Amino acid sequence: MVQRMVRDFAVKEVLPGIQERDRAGGMAPFIIPRMAELGILGITIPVRYGGQGMDYISLGLVSEELEAVDTSLRVVISVHNGLSCLTLLQWGTEKQKEEYLVPLAKGEKIGCGAFTEPGAGSDFANIQATARKEGDSYILNGEKMWISLATAADYAVATFRTDPQAEPPYRGLSTFIVDLDSPGITRGDIHGKLGVRAGSTGWINFQDVRIPVGNLLGEEGEGFKTTMSAFDNGRYTVAAGATGLIRASLEASSKYVKERTVGGKPLSEMQLIQEKLALMALDYQAARLLYLQAGWLKNQGIRNTRETSAAKLFATEASFRAASEAVQVHGAYGYSDEYPVERYFRNARGAMIYEGSSEIQSLIQADYALKKRRDKKLRRELPAYDPETWV
Amino acid sequence: MKIIVCVKQVPDTAATMSVDNGVISWGDAPLIINPWDEYAVEAALNLVADQGGDVTALCLGKEGETEAIKHALAMGADTAVMISDPALKGVDNVAASRVLAAAIEKIGGADLVLFGQQSVDTDTGLLPVQVARILGWPSLTLVSKFENVAGDEGKIQVLRTMEEGGQIVDSPLPAVVSVTKDYAEPRYPSFMGIRKASKAEYPVWNLEDLGIAAPTASVSWPEIMEPEQKEIVTEIIPGDTPEEKAHNLVDKLIAEKVL
Repeated sequence: MVQRMVRDFAVKEVLPGIQERDRAGGMAPFIIPRMAELGILGITIPVRYGGQGMDYISLGLVSEELEAVDTSLRVVISVHNGLSCLTLLQWGTEKQKEEYLVPLAKGEKIGCGAFTEPGAGSDFANIQATARKEGDSYILNGEKMWISLATAADYAVATFRTDPQAEPPYRGLSTFIVDLDSPGITRGDIHGKLGVRAGSTGWINFQDVRIPVGNLLGEEGEGFKTTMSAFDNGRYTVAAGATGLIRASLEASSKYVKERTVGGKPLSEMQLIQEKLALMALDYQAARLLYLQAGWLKNQGIRNTRETSAAKLFATEASFRAASEAVQVHGAYGYSDEYPVERYFRNARGAMIYEGSSEIQSLIQADYALKKRRDKKLRRELPAYDPETWV
Repeated sequence: MKIIVCVKQVPDTAATMSVDNGVISWGDAPLIINPWDEYAVEAALNLVADQGGDVTALCLGKEGETEAIKHALAMGADTAVMISDPALKGVDNVAASRVLAAAIEKIGGADLVLFGQQSVDTDTGLLPVQVARILGWPSLTLVSKFENVAGDEGKIQVLRTMEEGGQIVDSPLPAVVSVTKDYAEPRYPSFMGIRKASKAEYPVWNLEDLGIAAPTASVSWPEIMEPEQKEIVTEIIPGDTPEEKAHNLVDKLIAEKVL
């Protein structure tokens, strides 16, 4: 019923006109307030923190449904629910949760995650933006780039370098909750993106931005861990969303091949076409099982970095394959925006780069396989889903 | 004000229907609440929000087919009652209306019984009238607006939307009302509502509980078959200018004896 409700919203309210918005660029102003009103922006946050008290699997299902209509919708979930709300739920103090998580979960405020920089994405340990402690404040300086909802968000969960001398460098990072209306912040949208054109991606510049010490999320020097926790949750929604994109590619292709005839026979009778659909269907099932596995682990409160990374790697690569084959199946029509598959194709590409590129996910998988990487218990773990206390 | 909304479970409107060995099949398509009934639930919830009271969802169907009831509860209905009995398999309208009327009486009556204007599977739109007749209540069909509702005075005024135009009708309560799509877009179930509905417990009544015998159906289904598929040929009328295309089209229509 969660799926149906979110699908109804996306299909009835967002799908009409998505092509025009994708062409024109930018997010329709009604979308985020409507998602807030429906409770989607706080779905997997306990009711006592302003959320809807649903489990982590529901978050995955919602991501799948939203991206089956347009990736820009799922991106909102990834950065608001994933990178920002769940990181606050995991690492925030009670005071921080009261002050920031409650309005975010209610959708009164919008959150984003500001980690990537012009010169550091995959090389995250070497970010350059700094936070300098001065009395009871931190002074932030630097630039964050490729930030989804940069111009739409009110708050950012953002990581800065607090100790430039730290060795290894990742130990010198700290994460903060930043009010994006603070003096010294300028931000803007990035134009000319290949995909997710109906969404918002931008940059945030910090120039002597003063924030209270109370906005430190976790402890000083813990920023690498908090950021990786954020990615464990953001990537989960990316994986589930990409699964929705595979489904959308499969559905569009299945419909088209029954209508289009070649030599008097529908395309659906051609075995080479059937093989493409079979692989899409297989990828859909596999991707879905992988994200559900990660969601199930989250529900139990079990660390899932490995499983979430695997789900993200598989689903995003498979969604690009599926969208590409969907274009192929549609022939020349697939190459034009008369059909939605060219949008799927462009939208699928970014997810192989953001929230940890496919190469980074492969390295994570290899490290686990070679036993070079073991999960150490974090000072604060993502809380298990508890139907008694969450509602 | 006490409102009972009758809801029905139907195959998803996107399902492809077929006949397999004389039995109607919708493949693996999910069952959903009859989309028209969502308008009735929406109206009931708004009336109760305005007047106070409670909403009961009432559903006749196979035990275990809970989607319609759960949907109504997730939208905000307070309670629900399911009627299920193997003897009711394949009932027709007349029989179903007797069962529903008996259930409405067993619930203890209501100020209003709401229906969607019809169901998307059998499409008759007869149940509201039949139930009203059996209960001896006024029947207000095709209602798109509730103008003046005074539950405590036992009065209601509604706007009926018909092909000929609108008709404003005053009626005493209790009454049976069927609600059209023009009423207002139904709300989505809320997450809180979905959770509440998933845990909700409600009674399942059989014919014995209702104290009635299995009503005999007046309609039987001796044979079910698929209508023959029509061959549709699409032809694009050629022509260099719109005028020429129009001429060619007219010639064609005359040749085909359409004109």
